[in-house]
Amino acid sequence: MRDTPLSNCERLFLLKAIEAKKRLDGRQTYDYRNIKITFGTDYGCCSVELGKTRVLCQVSCELVPPKDSRPTEGIMFFNLELSPMASPAFEPNRQSELLVTLNRQLERCLRNSKCIDTESLCVVSGEKVWQIRVDVHVLNQDGNLMDAASIAAISALSHFRRPDVAIQGQDVTVVSPETAEKRPRLFICISYLLVDPCEREERVKDGLLVIAMNKHREICSIQSSGGIMLLKDQVLRCSKIASVKVSEITELINKALENDRKIRKEGGKFGFAESMPKERITTLKRDDAPVEMTDVKETASDIVNRTETTTEVVPSPVLVAMGTAQVGEGIVNSWALDEDEEDEPQTEDRKTGTVSDVCFCAVE
Amino acid sequence: MTLKSASCATRGLCLRTMTELDQSCSVLREYGSEQSLLSKPDGSSTFVQGDTSILAGVYGPAEVKVSKEIYDRATVEVLIQPKMGLPGVRERTREQCVRETCKAALLLTLHPRSSVTVILQVIHDDGSLLSCCLNAACMALMDAGLPMSHLFCSVTCAISKEGQIIIDPTARQEKECRALLTFAIESVECNVLMSSTTGSFSVQELQQCIAISQKASEQIFQFYRDSVKRRYSKIK
Repeated sequence: MRDTPLSNCERLFLLKAIEAKKRLDGRQTYDYRNIKITFGTDYGCCSVELGKTRVLCQVSCELVPPKDSRPTEGIMFFNLELSPMASPAFEPNRQSELLVTLNRQLERCLRNSKCIDTESLCVVSGEKVWQIRVDVHVLNQDGNLMDAASIAAISALSHFRRPDVAIQGQDVTVVSPETAEKRPRLFICISYLLVDPCEREERVKDGLLVIAMNKHREICSIQSSGGIMLLKDQVLRCSKIASVKVSEITELINKALENDRKIRKEGGKFGFAESMPKERITTLKRDDAPVEMTDVKETASDIVNRTETTTEVVPSPVLVAMGTAQVGEGIVNSWALDEDEEDEPQTEDRKTGTVSDVCFCAVE
Repeated sequence: MTLKSASCATRGLCLRTMTELDQSCSVLREYGSEQSLLSKPDGSSTFVQGDTSILAGVYGPAEVKVSKEIYDRATVEVLIQPKMGLPGVRERTREQCVRETCKAALLLTLHPRSSVTVILQVIHDDGSLLSCCLNAACMALMDAGLPMSHLFCSVTCAISKEGQIIIDPTARQEKECRALLTFAIESVECNVLMSSTTGSFSVQELQQCIAISQKASEQIFQFYRDSVKRRYSKIK
């Protein structure tokens, strides 16, 4: 499906508004939209809402043999998917430029920053290592997918618990998940020059500057695209704003993780089902409901008795040769042309039929 | 994982013991839904059954590729996206089931040469996945305002090794059962629209499961009615 194009008057309006330091939804130039982070029932599942942009991330792991070039390091695999749900322009299985850019940026941010120590993922050197797979699904596109995806990925990685492994000689058994002390350093990507653009604002942009930074003010990666020419002090100013935003977001993530940990320890209910807001008019919840099963047996036997037994008799199989049996006779061959019949002497008594009527069973 | 049981209200991790199984086998787990939660799709909904949770988004009636268009009706496309990895054959079979049910319920001839796309994202799988997908799809189609001749809902039954029928099984119950049956039931006369079964069972058990599903579907339809009533309660 094609995306609706942006009209010229909309474009002019947005540009004029940005010049006058006004945004479409009334935010200030450097304000972020409301961020909401929720964790799912199993470890490593996280959903992030950045305004209306929604992203779901799942982290999973499995034991695999390591790469030949690095036998003592674990493997990290990142996969970001633009779900067709997110926007009518996203089609399944289509490699678009946006997808490649997002994937590459996410990988660069998380892999090169070494936020996860890959050496600690090794179980048996040269034979078995953990492969951590991070799947990010974009569920609703309302601008700034990069930030939402990186927040979701980092939160999910922080939330994830790697199963413990017990090694006895050559055998490796996996024990149930334990608290792994892996705390990745949090790197968040901040998009510029207008902080956190919504979808309309993204369409009128000329360029994009993405800075990945952690709360210790260490820059992990900077990417500038779109061909805009930035002055040195502009970049410095952006990085200063980035550090402020990153510390705010890091605090938010930590708070969400703390809440989740507390609820799990106290044995309360957790997961997406619980995070569904109950006061909204568009939501409804029903408790466990028993189902009346008293006259089920009677209705069932009633129906079974009422149905007539089939009169068709299934022909029994005929053994043709060792390992080959035939069921059914088949109908007249409807594939051969009339002219060919004179050429080919049909000596067989049994006529070959269409596949649906004759069933051959060959046993190896 | 949190499992709910009708008899005891314990919070946190609780395993169903054999005695609880008798009381809880004919209980639909706690279910809930939220509509219109995504801004981009024409209709969206999430359906939660116990811990199983599915997010559905619907786009339609919209443009369709010339290769896929049908001259007198709309083309229905269903996409199920698993949480981890790429969609495989399992997702394709589920997509087929959902597509056939949607085609039976929607009034496709009202929108020729257009497409109706239903996208389902698995948020968490704790048993009865196909049922949850169908219920979420129906609520999303309702939210999108697409014309339907009847609503549909779905119930999963599991037959345990002892021959007991369990409605709305959890993932653990599904693994230990001998047969798993999923039915899609329509709202007008409670007829069966679609059935998808695995495992072995007798004809008697099949009819019993259908009867139980029809009984359970009445509750789900009442839930649909209540949620729509609640949604439009503020409009005078």
